[in-house]
Amino acid sequence: MMATSRHGSARRPRVGVVKFASCDGCQLTLLDLEDQLLAIAERFDIVEFAEATSVRSHGPFDVLLVEGSISTPEQAHEIVQLRREATMLVTIGACATAGGIQALRNLADHDAFNRSVYPQPQLIKSLATSTPVSDHVAVDAELYGCPISGYQLLELLTALTTGRRPQLPDEAVCALCKRLGNPCILVAQGEPCLGPVTRTGCGALCPSFGRGCYGCFGPREAANTTSLAAWFSAVGQTDEQIAREFAKFNVNAPAFRRIVEARR
Amino acid sequence: MTHGLAHGPEPGEHNFDVGQLTRVEGEGSLTLRVRDGAVVEAHLGIFEAPRYFERLVVGRTPDEVIDIVARICGICPVAYQMSAVHAFEALFDVTVDPQVRALRRLFYCGEWIESHALHVYLLHAPDFLGYPSAIELARDHRAVVERALTLKRTGNALVAMLGARPIHPLTVRVGGFSRVPTRDELLALRPALDDALATAGATVDFVATLSAPEFERDPRLVALRHPDEYPTNDGRIVSNDGLDIPIGAWREAFEEDQVSWSNALQARTHAGEVYLLGPSARVTLNADRLHPLAQQALARLGMAERIRRNPYWSIAARAVELVHATAEAIDIIAGYARPDRPFVDWQSRPGATGWATEAPRGLLFHRYEIDERGLIAAAQIVPPTSQNQAAIEADLTAFAPSVLDLPHAEATLRLEQLIRSYDPCISCATHFLDLRLEETDR
Repeated sequence: MMATSRHGSARRPRVGVVKFASCDGCQLTLLDLEDQLLAIAERFDIVEFAEATSVRSHGPFDVLLVEGSISTPEQAHEIVQLRREATMLVTIGACATAGGIQALRNLADHDAFNRSVYPQPQLIKSLATSTPVSDHVAVDAELYGCPISGYQLLELLTALTTGRRPQLPDEAVCALCKRLGNPCILVAQGEPCLGPVTRTGCGALCPSFGRGCYGCFGPREAANTTSLAAWFSAVGQTDEQIAREFAKFNVNAPAFRRIVEARR
Repeated sequence: MTHGLAHGPEPGEHNFDVGQLTRVEGEGSLTLRVRDGAVVEAHLGIFEAPRYFERLVVGRTPDEVIDIVARICGICPVAYQMSAVHAFEALFDVTVDPQVRALRRLFYCGEWIESHALHVYLLHAPDFLGYPSAIELARDHRAVVERALTLKRTGNALVAMLGARPIHPLTVRVGGFSRVPTRDELLALRPALDDALATAGATVDFVATLSAPEFERDPRLVALRHPDEYPTNDGRIVSNDGLDIPIGAWREAFEEDQVSWSNALQARTHAGEVYLLGPSARVTLNADRLHPLAQQALARLGMAERIRRNPYWSIAARAVELVHATAEAIDIIAGYARPDRPFVDWQSRPGATGWATEAPRGLLFHRYEIDERGLIAAAQIVPPTSQNQAAIEADLTAFAPSVLDLPHAEATLRLEQLIRSYDPCISCATHFLDLRLEETDR
């Protein structure tokens, strides 16, 4: 994306980075692109990124990267305001794209949840649900993961500068894992692994490091989670264990949530 | 996104409001009210949304908890995983392989390097040099920012070597790691670490060229202390006023106070005293346990007393710890032999357990109750920033009168810089602080 000013001359795209309910890890991924960070700062005009700079802006933004889920009334209001200021709004990470680990409360009694943590729950202004940004406003692109992949973030930014579509894979973690030649966690070890239903992007890290995938990039398109849950039963997992496997950082993604609700 | 509360000043009042603090981790604000030269209110406000982590881990297995608590903080996930795994292993009587123990120290070295490099250069140095961010700093001092990024990359590479990725690593499990590196894999990091050690030394020299506001106090400092190691995962909880308790006994000395002026859940001693954690506390209480190269760096700086007394000089403590962490990482790698098994087996046991480790920002305490089925029945997580919050506010109160004669914007900046010198991690602290937020919003 090469934005054009009122005078017709090319200018650097104005980029903002904002957050809602989250751990800051996905925006940190931008700072973790150590080898490219200064080049990115030259190609883009980073006008809002509170974690990194005291330069502030409320918009307008050519590109707005949004981290975090919508979990308070203020956030639900703010995301609508920000959408108006952003030409292109990109959600980054499992919180922004699916509601995050804090969306576990969507399946629970929120009042009981609140009472168990806060002595004076009436003082807490929190929504009963933690929801993805796309439940509230239109989203132009999504980067998945808990955290997102630095490579995918770079691919997105590069694509924006050249005006092409970013190349973001949708195959399963399982497919890459097979190509890497890892022994199968599910078949060989009889341990649960969400690799067959999880979108790739991490590089099949968990099975490469000796453990089952826990789904931090969320379900891939048309993921058959019901079939995988049956596999887990076959290797001896209880319904409760199976529910817990799917009830993690993308618990609110429909394909995962369905299993949690059926098995818990 | 600004959430500043609107307050009009009354006659004789100076108000300092920063709607959203920048170059800190998470969403916080500063509200300070001065009447007739005296501070009447100092709030480090927190508007980060609650995420209920202590409740999220209930009903989970210990290994699931290790994955979940990492998500409290994207900058210091290793710290959350280390406090949790050690708490579980203490209850289950697990003794890990000595090489696994060394790898966990190495893991922490990586996190300290990336976190301190981030704070010293990208978040804190711009304050000393008069820039709004490291991006602007890089326009005039590109080499400085480039070496900082290289240093940070090496810290991240260490974490990723052991944990598969720098943010939310995934190999920690009760009993060890799901995979441990080969000796050759670790040795491959040696050139980058040699370079990092040189950069850490240059960081100490860089810090020596800075100047900070004069501000002295005599804080109560708390950190872990170990018989022969600079503290990370092990030791006892000590203070500079005589506290010395077991690592899991945090609740014997401290509590979360719900009756303070703000009705906040702030950690204090049982006597209601504030205390400070973090690099300045660690360096002060454990100077004799620093790696010899870091001891030399501290001596060269000649700033031990300023590190203890002036919060702005926490940047010097971080620089010294960068030398320590890189030198220690080199030593650990040199002595590494891959263990036969990456983890040992363990048996669950019901009961309560607590442990503390040294996060980059200071002591991080976890406590868990585990039921007969091996699942979490209750959890308490006390991050460093929620423990430091009362000390930060006390320092703001003491410091503010000295900047009242400055132009308002400059005074506000000085106050914001003071907060930044503690490297507050607001995402971490939130689940303890939002009670106050709601109270002030009422």
